[in-house]
Amino acid sequence: MKLITAVIKPFKLDDVREALSEVGAQGITVTEVKGFGRQKGHTELYRGAEYVVDFLPKIKIEVGVDDDLIDRVIEAISRAANTGKVGDGKIFVYDLESAVRIRTGESGPEAL
Amino acid sequence: MSRTMQMAKNGGWLLLLAGLTPALALAQDAVAEAAKPTLNSGDTAWMLTSTALVLFMTIPGLSLFYAGMVRAKNVLSVMMQCFAITALMTVLWTIYGYSLAFDTTGMTKEAINLSTFIGGFGKAFFNGVGRDSLTLAIPETVFATFQMTFAIITPALIVGAFAERMKFSALLLFMGLWFTLVYAPVAHMVWSGDGALMWDWGVLDFAGGTVVHINAGIAGLVACIVLGRRKGYPTTAMPPHNLNFTLMGASMLWVGWFGFNAGSAVAADGSAGMAMLVTQIATAMAALSWMFAEWLHHGKPSALGIASGAVAGLVAITPASGTAGPMGALLIGLIAGVVCFLASTKLKRALGYDDSLDVFGVHAVGGIVGAILTGLCADVALGGKGLAEGVSVGAQLWIQTKGALFTIVYSAILSYLILKLVDVVIGLRVTDEQETEGLDIALHDERGYNL
Repeated sequence: MKLITAVIKPFKLDDVREALSEVGAQGITVTEVKGFGRQKGHTELYRGAEYVVDFLPKIKIEVGVDDDLIDRVIEAISRAANTGKVGDGKIFVYDLESAVRIRTGESGPEAL
Repeated sequence: MSRTMQMAKNGGWLLLLAGLTPALALAQDAVAEAAKPTLNSGDTAWMLTSTALVLFMTIPGLSLFYAGMVRAKNVLSVMMQCFAITALMTVLWTIYGYSLAFDTTGMTKEAINLSTFIGGFGKAFFNGVGRDSLTLAIPETVFATFQMTFAIITPALIVGAFAERMKFSALLLFMGLWFTLVYAPVAHMVWSGDGALMWDWGVLDFAGGTVVHINAGIAGLVACIVLGRRKGYPTTAMPPHNLNFTLMGASMLWVGWFGFNAGSAVAADGSAGMAMLVTQIATAMAALSWMFAEWLHHGKPSALGIASGAVAGLVAITPASGTAGPMGALLIGLIAGVVCFLASTKLKRALGYDDSLDVFGVHAVGGIVGAILTGLCADVALGGKGLAEGVSVGAQLWIQTKGALFTIVYSAILSYLILKLVDVVIGLRVTDEQETEGLDIALHDERGYNL
């Protein structure tokens, strides 16, 4: 099992959710986050006072997947979140040691 | 205000004439009857409305306008200051303020004595202001309350200059003294009629360019310099925390200003109508000119910019609203928007003072632009009402400049002395720790947002 974490542009969230459903991912967790990468920040101007805002709002999604789904999930996120412009985000993949469904007590891939 | 006060003087003169010619008994009765001031319910209804509109400018208009521009940790402190000033000025106006500003005992045209500069205590505690007393054609109670709302908003304007760093106790003491030693005398000198300093000079100030805006704007500049910059200014980001408040506040100011300017006719007449029209025109023009100036300069038009431009236009048309025509209003709006934009952005940064919410850049600078252009735009050539007989445009421009300069110097010196006094007595600034924590928690044990 793997835990896939992706940081994407906020307006791409719906596309990514749909793409993940299509490939069979059972659920995702979404967090509003801030950060910077190559896109850098932006400037804000109030009556001539200029402020550089370093961190841009992004959406972080987390999804746990069984090994056979990994490539398709990564491909789905990459395709759905892509605009071709700087700032589209990143995908990180971690090993996932275990998973438990709280209601039933199932564990392993069945719990995903 | 000037035109109608003059009418009252003429009325008194007619009465006097009537008394001196006993032979023409019938005629004199007729004259006396005609000259006797009578209540006009139309005028009264409009002035009751105007009074409510001007109070609406301070709370909630100005409160929201300012509250949106400070950081979230200071939002309540600014609204609280506007609210407290409203209450304090009402009480002081009742006890002696109205009297110091509008008691005309001992005033004679061109004669210089104490009453040239300040009124007496004859109307203290609204002495003699009853149900039947009239000012022009409206109850004196209405006139006194209308003027009270001006005495409320003027000190409240200053709050923006030292926002986010002044002690609340120091604010109350400063405002009480400033109202007594600066607002009341200047209002008296400009508006109380023959025998008052700037009235006798012939300064045109229909609704308060000198009394309200230059006065408060200069006090704000002096206050922000005496208090010093906010901790971290200008290197730390201090963006407005809620520009929606600011836009709503600016909109309320715009609406309320019809009471301020058109109400200053003290009548529901053609003068009030023209004041309303030119107020709308100048405000719109200045909103656009600030917006376009910013657009050209920075590449994007901003909501804070267009709102600031509107307020600059309202300020600048204020002294001119009784004498300018639509063409003059366009000119005043155009110039005020650009000049106030430059003052609040370029000038402020070049000189380095921390006028938190641009009280100087908008109110003093807009007030000065308006006060001077009032002389030009009163000319019939620009569609104005026309200057007094025998006064050239050049001469009126000099009178206007003299009035502005006098107000600048008077307000600057007195404000400085009052601030120094308050600093010695209780201290002006909060501690660094309180400033960092935010005035809402540090001074009021409350916060604006519990989300």
